[in-house]
Amino acid sequence: MAEFTLPKNSKIQPGKHYPAKDAKKPRTFRIYRWSPDDGQNPRIDTYEVDLAACGPMVLDALLKIKNEIDPTLTLRRSCREGICGSCAMNIDGTNTLACTRSIEECASGDVKIYPLPHMPVVKDLVPDLTHFYAQFASIRPWLRTQSAAPDRERLQSPEDRKKLDGLYECILCACCSTSCPSYWWNGDRYLGPAILLQAYRWIVDSRDEDTGARLDDLEDPFKLYRCHTIMNCARTCPKGLNPAKAIAEIKKLLVERRST
Amino acid sequence: MSANAKDLRHPLKRARGLGSAQFGVSHWWTQRTTATGLVVLGLWFVVLVLGHLHSDYATMRAVVARPWNAVLLIAFLITMFWHAVLGLQVVIEDYVHTRWKEIFLMVAIKFIAVLSVLGGTLAVLRIALGA
Repeated sequence: MAEFTLPKNSKIQPGKHYPAKDAKKPRTFRIYRWSPDDGQNPRIDTYEVDLAACGPMVLDALLKIKNEIDPTLTLRRSCREGICGSCAMNIDGTNTLACTRSIEECASGDVKIYPLPHMPVVKDLVPDLTHFYAQFASIRPWLRTQSAAPDRERLQSPEDRKKLDGLYECILCACCSTSCPSYWWNGDRYLGPAILLQAYRWIVDSRDEDTGARLDDLEDPFKLYRCHTIMNCARTCPKGLNPAKAIAEIKKLLVERRST
Repeated sequence: MSANAKDLRHPLKRARGLGSAQFGVSHWWTQRTTATGLVVLGLWFVVLVLGHLHSDYATMRAVVARPWNAVLLIAFLITMFWHAVLGLQVVIEDYVHTRWKEIFLMVAIKFIAVLSVLGGTLAVLRIALGA
């Protein structure tokens, strides 16, 4: 059966408390901590941060904690402007990017920060995305053609280019896939919203000539049809995209190419 | 979920798995067409039953025996159980991950549905044909 409770060694314990001294505008952050090296259960550490001396985004607070309070806090980050997808994590109950989520937007009270749900944790806020990336590779996400290579770029009309809007912006941060209950229960076989949105991005590309094979690869009860239009993906996407719609379009194409 | 550190296989091997089953669209489409059918047949059935809330046994038998009512009742039975099997199959695939339990349940729901349809159809036919 699908597992609905945490195993014993994953149960979260209370952790350390780091109070702020002489803070003008204190805000409390409760952050998931786990290290593979100490054999301990995960814990929630509490950090008080002075927002008067901190940037506006959750990532600013995390980096302030790492730089000034506790250098052992481990997280991924890179671009700090919502284009690399590295700092995806569960903040205030929603998967999003720490760099584009403002602290003020978080619900009043403590700001709770966890790694992306239902993924193996490498350390603290760093999830293991190996399988997610392998699933991305499995759809062979590049232009696949049969015709001879042209002497110049493969052209695309402005109308056809427009069809990629809402798809090309995906940064593969994994917020949507890890918010999807179907991906939690069947992520080993279900491709999940992010990868299916990427698959549709190539299916709908007017320059790609392998549409049939792409649809063949997806016509599977698990790879595609685990999507039950729960819509968590569209709700959580930090880029405002709608993977559920892309999945619905794939399902429509699969019906379109057969006799009903 | 993660690639086991001791696993010597490339993560792509696991992601590609056994490949595509090349199946699923007919299940998806049938689930939706039976659902549409159930909207119509379900409404008809509710209206029929509400219209005879206070009817006695003999009247109800006569109502079921009318050809159109008998035909639609049998259609309702088949569509409902067909749709139920398709829906339950999805639930089992979602949550039951022990292979033998999954296969057992998949076969069991189909047997139960077929028997229920046959039993229900026989009941309607006996009334309709006056046996």
